[in-house]
Amino acid sequence: MSNYDYISLIPILPIAGFVLIGLAGKKYFPALSGWLATLLIGTSAVLSLFTAYQYFIVDGAANGVYPQLLPVDMQWLQFTNTLSINMGILLDPISVMMLVVVTFVSLMVHIYSTGYMKGESRYATFFAYLQLFTFSMLGLVMSSNLFQIYIFWELVGVSSFLLIGFYFDKPSAVAASKKAFIVTRFADLFFLIGILITGVTAHSFNFTDIIANLTSPEFLKEYSATFLGFSVVTWALVLIFIGGAGKSAMFPLHIWLPDAMEGPTPVSALIHAATMVVAGVYLVARLFPVFAITGSGAIDVVAYIGIFSALFAALIACTQTDIKRVLAYSTMSQIGYMMFALGVSSQAHDAGFTASMFHLFTHAFFKSLLFLGAGLVIHAVHSNDMKDMGGLRKYLPITHITFLIGCLAIAGVPPFAGFFSKEGILHAAYTTHPDIYYVALVTSGLTAFYMFRLYFRIFWNKADIHLHHFHGEGAWSMKFPLLILATLSIAAGFVPFAHYVTATRTEGHMHTDIMFSIAPVLIGLLGIAVAMMWYKNENDRADKAVAMMRGVYRTAYHKFYIDELYIFITKKVIFNCIGRPAAWIDRNIVDGTMNFIALMTGEISDSIKGMQSGKVQGYAMYFFAGVIGLTLICLYIWM
Amino acid sequence: MNLNLLILIPVATAIGIIAVKGLPRVRMVALAGALVQFILSFVLFFSFRAERASGNQDPFVFTQYYKWFPSLNINYQIGVDGISIAMIMLTAFVVLAGVLISWRQEKWSKEYFLLLILLSTGAYGFFIALDLFTLFFFLEVAVIPKFLLIGIWGSGKKEYAAMKLALMLMGGSALVFVGLAGTYFFGGQSFDLSSGAHITMDPDKQMFFFPFLFVGFGIFTALFPFHTWVPDGHSSAPTAASMFLAGISMKLGGYGCLRAATWLMPEAAHYYQPLIIGLSTIAIIYGAFATLMQTDLKYINAYSSVSHCGFVLLGIGMLNETAINGAVMQMVSHGLMTALFFAAIGMVYDRTHTRMVKDIGGLLKITPFIGTVFILAGLCSLGLPGMSGFVAEMTVFMGGWQNPETLYRVATILACASIVVTAVYILRAAGKTMMGPLVNQEHALFSDAKWNERTAAFVLLTGILIMGLAPFIITDIIYPGTHVLMDKIASGASITNEIELLK
Repeated sequence: MSNYDYISLIPILPIAGFVLIGLAGKKYFPALSGWLATLLIGTSAVLSLFTAYQYFIVDGAANGVYPQLLPVDMQWLQFTNTLSINMGILLDPISVMMLVVVTFVSLMVHIYSTGYMKGESRYATFFAYLQLFTFSMLGLVMSSNLFQIYIFWELVGVSSFLLIGFYFDKPSAVAASKKAFIVTRFADLFFLIGILITGVTAHSFNFTDIIANLTSPEFLKEYSATFLGFSVVTWALVLIFIGGAGKSAMFPLHIWLPDAMEGPTPVSALIHAATMVVAGVYLVARLFPVFAITGSGAIDVVAYIGIFSALFAALIACTQTDIKRVLAYSTMSQIGYMMFALGVSSQAHDAGFTASMFHLFTHAFFKSLLFLGAGLVIHAVHSNDMKDMGGLRKYLPITHITFLIGCLAIAGVPPFAGFFSKEGILHAAYTTHPDIYYVALVTSGLTAFYMFRLYFRIFWNKADIHLHHFHGEGAWSMKFPLLILATLSIAAGFVPFAHYVTATRTEGHMHTDIMFSIAPVLIGLLGIAVAMMWYKNENDRADKAVAMMRGVYRTAYHKFYIDELYIFITKKVIFNCIGRPAAWIDRNIVDGTMNFIALMTGEISDSIKGMQSGKVQGYAMYFFAGVIGLTLICLYIWM
Repeated sequence: MNLNLLILIPVATAIGIIAVKGLPRVRMVALAGALVQFILSFVLFFSFRAERASGNQDPFVFTQYYKWFPSLNINYQIGVDGISIAMIMLTAFVVLAGVLISWRQEKWSKEYFLLLILLSTGAYGFFIALDLFTLFFFLEVAVIPKFLLIGIWGSGKKEYAAMKLALMLMGGSALVFVGLAGTYFFGGQSFDLSSGAHITMDPDKQMFFFPFLFVGFGIFTALFPFHTWVPDGHSSAPTAASMFLAGISMKLGGYGCLRAATWLMPEAAHYYQPLIIGLSTIAIIYGAFATLMQTDLKYINAYSSVSHCGFVLLGIGMLNETAINGAVMQMVSHGLMTALFFAAIGMVYDRTHTRMVKDIGGLLKITPFIGTVFILAGLCSLGLPGMSGFVAEMTVFMGGWQNPETLYRVATILACASIVVTAVYILRAAGKTMMGPLVNQEHALFSDAKWNERTAAFVLLTGILIMGLAPFIITDIIYPGTHVLMDKIASGASITNEIELLK
């Protein structure tokens, strides 16, 4: 067994960076703070890769099962003699995989940001926030217990809030950051209640204990407490899933994600594409054995919310013209894939678990690649809107090629990474839930279509275009991460993922079925072909199609009016029907009564004494005298 | 250590303040006094731990006993346990920050600082008192200065607010007095709190006197529907007085509810449990929603205090060890956090001369330090992990949930729900005033926080972060204290059950 003594350094380095840069960076070493942050996160990334190497290769599976290690575990906040919140580090296949993803993508984003944020007056602050986020995310993935994950869950939420609102003098950025925080907070409420239920039911917050206690045959046989017809465990799991759905932007809690694109683009790549938004998937995967208990019902909620979100977001993505929003909806859609892949799995058929984690892994690379590419595009044209773009392949050659690789990967074209992971998901769905499989198939066609719509409208479409204020594609610090991520978007697919990550932590093996892949690949190619026909050159085919489906198009363009619904509920219902009456009642009825009592006391004393003191001491005297009189009477009666 | 120092030093400070002339000297004396007291609170903390480590398992340590009115068995009796030490440290933090914030108090500075120190004397005496009469005496010492502080140095409708606050708190004191008289006459002619475990009252008598004591103290800690002095009082008070009011004074009530009412009359506490939980849940939810609609920064924090103090009473009302621990932690946490928030609001007000949310915007860019403090106070208020609010609230929730009664679990869920509402009003306030575009171009000329404001914020933030990052430091001393109380409180349950059986 290897030694993991260094493991706490992985989160400690970024939090040290946050404190150091946050307190002193702006004043004493503004220009250096970017590279300092990059150095720290780079060290964390190296340590994470080394951990993965030790865990998977050196130690490997003992008797075919990867162990669950707890190199760090200390009591943090005690509730009772048996129940407490611990701070620990749990190493198992999924947490080690996530460590690599988080530190690696964060490193790429750090490098990219040193170029992208150059000249920004709050350059040091930006890196301090990035460090805070990375620390929180690392804490989240390494959590050994449910309460610890909630703590870091909130911390990633606040770092996301700070980064979305980074340009805080822009009202839209402030609004978006508030929205993101509040919507996820709302979801976290359910998560918290789920934690309370789980903690009391399982007598522990530790993942290992929760899973052991809640899946033990004795528990399943004896524990029969139900509430509104569902078992307590089902309730707890559904509530926890709502928390996960909030963070992972699942329908109907997705509304914050598109707005979150107000943040600087590297932030969108790191937080809102690769890491934080998959926290919900990770959470479900963590508790997968409990979810997978047959008959709990919670797993079906995961499956159907996942597939619905995947389709719903894909439809919206086809209509948006802000390139970052298209990518945001595509993220939502891909996370939907990961969710339903978990949802269609069970203890007997756990291929979906592996596929989901695999997709999380590959998606992190190609989606952050797409976002970082979009950042360069936005830098070049000073706009987020597709209509200001077109024909950019001449100006941005490296961006063009890497973006194309990203699009091919997400569209599921072999041999790019997305093909392998998505194929795994579709296959898992096909074996257990054919209904979900067909919807997923349609969604992958839509995915290919909207991604290539994006690609063609950015890089082709217009024949000749003249960019004003164009200063070249950008520094190498920005292009280098693109090249690395593009390489990974191809290479990641060839990782023998099932060998390392399975629901039972055993060594599995990948099964590729070429006959099965034909349908998804053809659908993907069809989507690409339609996009090419409509958007490669300037023509009116797309407009004609839109005109044909005007009703559907407009509804999708307005995001199915979900935002309007939310505004109605918050502004009209909560503010006007609860908040305003509460404030009014307090001032007029509760306080009014108090004032009335005071007034009456004054009046009565006036009429009795026939004099007006107007002094508070006087009133207090009356009050006192009355109370003492009352006491005496009571005492008399009682004694 | 000698606990009398905790009272003698503020008294000496007060005499010093009277003796010297002029703001520069007065404030130096006040600061020196607050600083000594601050250090003393740490000395107390460490010597308490040393005492416990050396094997002293008495419920109260460093006790002293002097006869006061022998004929009535009233004694000056003092001593501390973990809970009182936590409250004393809170007081020391807030007083130091409050004195620093008042550094430029030009108007009648001598009287101003004198009253602040007097108020703190009352609080210190209250927290170390082990005799109910001594406790009541110090409670009154702490009430009077508030009236004057608001009435003289306040703003807005200050006379009205001062009068209202004084009347309601006096009313509360009067109720407390009745309750104390009851415990005295029916609990063995004794005000002795140190042997609280031995005071036994007939359950019937408890049923009658418990409401007096609990409501009386409850008024101090914004028990619904007697909370209406909070918004008016806090918002009219000068900055340091608001900090003292919300940070220290409201805690007197919570401490009294726990130490006097619940501990001495456990059967009645169980009997009235549904009512306590119901009222505190209403305070939490209703306070939070009422905050949503406020447009004045101080009103926002005042209403939010109503909501947050609801957690204290909810924790006490749950009558189990975890929840009561949570209540004590929430008292400490809320004290620090709300003082910081009022300090931040005060810094803003000193510059803008307005507290209306709509007239302020984008200050983070002009005054980054103040903006950051404001946002940090807000984040603590909405329960961000890593800050004190989180650990306190979670302990209350966990304790609440341990209570198997469905209704109490519903109350817990409702209390949990308030954290969402809190997030909404905090982000609205912070988003509008600190972020966004600058509303008033004159605000661009503001200077950032001065050294005294920075130090004050730093002191409070240190407390908040220590508690939030390493809660075991404070829970280590609180838990044994609660454990002693629980022996008696838990015993109340069986008798309530018997009463129900008899019925």
